[in-house]
Amino acid sequence: MTSIIEVDEVSKTFGGVIANNGISLQVEHGCITGLIGPNGSGKTTLFNSIVGYHPIDSGSIKFENEEISKKSVQEIARLGLIRTFQQTRIYSAMNCVQNMLISLPHRKMKLSESFHRHTGSDFDKADALLDFVGLYEKRFLTAGSLSFGQQKLLEFAMALMNEPTALLLDEPTAGINPTLINGLIERLKRANSEFGITLFVIEHNMRVIMNLADKIYCLAHGELLAQGSPDEIRNDPRVIDAYLGAN
Amino acid sequence: MKRLAFYAFLIFFTLAAPFLLPDYKTQLATLWLMIIVAIAWDMTGGQMGYNSLGNIFFYGTGMYVAALIAIAIPFDVGEYTNAFSDKIYKFTDTEYFLGAFVGILGAGVFCAISALVIGYITFGLRGPYFAIGTLGVAIAAGELVSNWEWAGGGQGISLPVFPYDLELGKIMFYYMFAGTGVVLFLFARWLYKTRFGAAINAIRDDEEKAEAMGIHTLRYKLTAWSMSAFFVGVAGGISAFQLIHFEPLETAYQTINLGIFMVVCVLLGGKGTLWGPVIGAILFHLFKEVTWNYLLGWQWVALGVLIVVTVVYFKDGITGWLKLVRPEWFGIRVEAKSQRSPAS
Repeated sequence: MTSIIEVDEVSKTFGGVIANNGISLQVEHGCITGLIGPNGSGKTTLFNSIVGYHPIDSGSIKFENEEISKKSVQEIARLGLIRTFQQTRIYSAMNCVQNMLISLPHRKMKLSESFHRHTGSDFDKADALLDFVGLYEKRFLTAGSLSFGQQKLLEFAMALMNEPTALLLDEPTAGINPTLINGLIERLKRANSEFGITLFVIEHNMRVIMNLADKIYCLAHGELLAQGSPDEIRNDPRVIDAYLGAN
Repeated sequence: MKRLAFYAFLIFFTLAAPFLLPDYKTQLATLWLMIIVAIAWDMTGGQMGYNSLGNIFFYGTGMYVAALIAIAIPFDVGEYTNAFSDKIYKFTDTEYFLGAFVGILGAGVFCAISALVIGYITFGLRGPYFAIGTLGVAIAAGELVSNWEWAGGGQGISLPVFPYDLELGKIMFYYMFAGTGVVLFLFARWLYKTRFGAAINAIRDDEEKAEAMGIHTLRYKLTAWSMSAFFVGVAGGISAFQLIHFEPLETAYQTINLGIFMVVCVLLGGKGTLWGPVIGAILFHLFKEVTWNYLLGWQWVALGVLIVVTVVYFKDGITGWLKLVRPEWFGIRVEAKSQRSPAS
């Protein structure tokens, strides 16, 4: 297997706070990779570094063997590396279908193609994906009137609409009704297997990440603490210490 | 069917207006000018969320470009603009109409290109900073042009009058404005239904999200502003020939008059809607003419009150308010019915 995202010795500080310190990890092509760690361990900082929200201090980040650590958010997104936000970002004044149509992969369009109307297959795709995340019945509601969990699902559907090569998900199950979480795990797995999208997931819910991921990285205090299969991580005493506090 | 009858009535009234209201030909032409600049302003202000206060730049520049092209075809511009009464420049009919046609089109093209250049610099600014930045461009342009002796300086430029019957000229200018307005309306109606329209709406609602989804935001912003500038430039070009004489600060780059009026029209009618700018422009123009005629001396106060009332009580304008009380008129539904035909 080849890695699609290669993070090599990445460091990032905010003033005196070392958010990421020499982190190296690889996201394998076509797999689901998890990223866990206690609050403040630098997970979202690493995500933001990968998608270009802020420059990194040192190290290198490669996407499909192309150096992206100097690129802007838009340039990285146009390569097919899309992220969702911990706090959802949707177009709250528009309804779900409009949200989906906006998320068509504009990066694959020439300017002249953008002057076409939305085709029947655009609508079909939007409907199918809304159905996929279970929002079909609510598709004419304005997105702002949805609950936080539904907005997360909508944002996930929008990301799928964009046909990304790799998708970074920042806490996809936070705020989602516990009874729906099993369904969401199922959908994330299907997105990976059916649509062939590589997933890189930050998650706090251990049950979710253990069920979902093929490989897990654990951060603590801005450093890579452990890596391995879910079973290895589950039984790693350092991880347990990081979460429960070592003496 | 009802809709068809409605459009048929509108087209009939547009075509017949100068004959039904023969004393108001110039007034009606000015009304169309307001509609044009309002729709064009809404293209970026309402649909894309970039509130430009500098769109008057394209109006003034359109005037100058159209006039200079029309003069340059038969004469030397520097001599023409600085001539005194001892020398008379006479345009032949061909020179007049050719100059008007090429000049007005050239004005649109020049403004579209200048929007790309100005936009490339100013689209780094967001929100109120963009508004102030573009206002600065318009004011600076007015000052620069008023010191540009070759283009007439502070005196402005005089163009020849319409070579035939003046009443016929008024009708022609009415149809030129009306034609441009109808084309712009249909263009906007089509544009807002395309993927491009969806993309600029995305930029308005959350530009950072749009960037994160890989939308070419700068490209779309430049294209939208450039299209908007084309129509404002054309309207400016027509105005140059209609007004015969214009000068830089009060007529061409009139930031505090037309430059603000176009924004007020859209706010009054409703930002980000197709009909809002049209309705707003009509009501605003009526309001303005009535107060300028019957409340002279207090007209600016009345205008201020109108702006305050609109901004405080009708934040989304008239169409926005209608959308709230009559959502079905706008095709807003919440039930799980397909958006397209029932068959699909």
